Amino acid sequence: MKAAIIVFPGSNCDRDIAVSLKKISEIEPLMIWHKETCIPDCDIIVVPGGFSFGDYLRCGSMAANSPIMLDVIHKAKKGMPTIGICNGFQILTETGLLPGTLIKNDCLSFLCKTVSIKVENSNTKFSNLYSKNEVIDIPIAHNEGNFFADDSTLNKIKDNDQIVFKYCNNSGKTEKEFNPNGSIENIAGIINKDGNVLGMMPHPERATCQLSQLNDGERFFSSITESIL
Amino acid sequence: MKINIKIMPKSGVLDPQGKAIENSLKQLGFNQTGTVRQGKLIEIDLQEKEEEAIKIVDEMCQKLLVNLIIEDYEIIANKED
Repeated sequence: MKAAIIVFPGSNCDRDIAVSLKKISEIEPLMIWHKETCIPDCDIIVVPGGFSFGDYLRCGSMAANSPIMLDVIHKAKKGMPTIGICNGFQILTETGLLPGTLIKNDCLSFLCKTVSIKVENSNTKFSNLYSKNEVIDIPIAHNEGNFFADDSTLNKIKDNDQIVFKYCNNSGKTEKEFNPNGSIENIAGIINKDGNVLGMMPHPERATCQLSQLNDGERFFSSITESIL
Repeated sequence: MKINIKIMPKSGVLDPQGKAIENSLKQLGFNQTGTVRQGKLIEIDLQEKEEEAIKIVDEMCQKLLVNLIIEDYEIIANKED
């Protein structure tokens, strides 16, 4: 199995994703520069975190229009499992593959800490080894992680069970006070209607090694293997 | 000719930067301050005549410059250039 990791100028989580995919998912990572126009044969596409194009204009807006993204959009629309983490999530919303958008944190500061998130939907390719309502600890590191969608889009997201992760406290309560960035409905991660494109602000790849003393991200990567095999 | 594009957050969309500016102005004693919203202005030079230039810039806005989920835009042609 192979994974295509899209690398933009300013990506900085590409290597971490590659290590986790190799170690836990047992998937061979291929690093694909954004100026390429064709993604080689693979089983999953990952748009990693970072600050593509220095976050100029709007986070993810330049990257969403990079040459390689035409093929990412094409393949994702045909059902290719596709993940966007942090800046990758911002990029996927800018392409229209995922609904809504991500705006500045309501606290106006960059957030870099470990947060609790609740698994709202464990019936996806990327969360199938978690239990529904399970609380996991995953780091966040972002300035624009405040998910926003208009009411009609939000209702569709809820009706289709597209919310995968929500910010919560350590006992799974999802009140506003446990929301680090002002995200609507405490949304930390969503999936598209077809169930093959996931976007999330927290970094599961940062919760897969002994150094970080966090391992809740490991099942994210083993879920992928489970569903792709 | 120079075309300006004024991009503003849609009403109803949280604008924490505008809010922070509003609070700072009030703190400085500008008690007259009402709601403050922060947007951005982009200036583009084009060779085309006004009508064609506006058409092209509108396409630029739709494709890249504006996120229509959260932003409104206004294209202003600079007659002096």
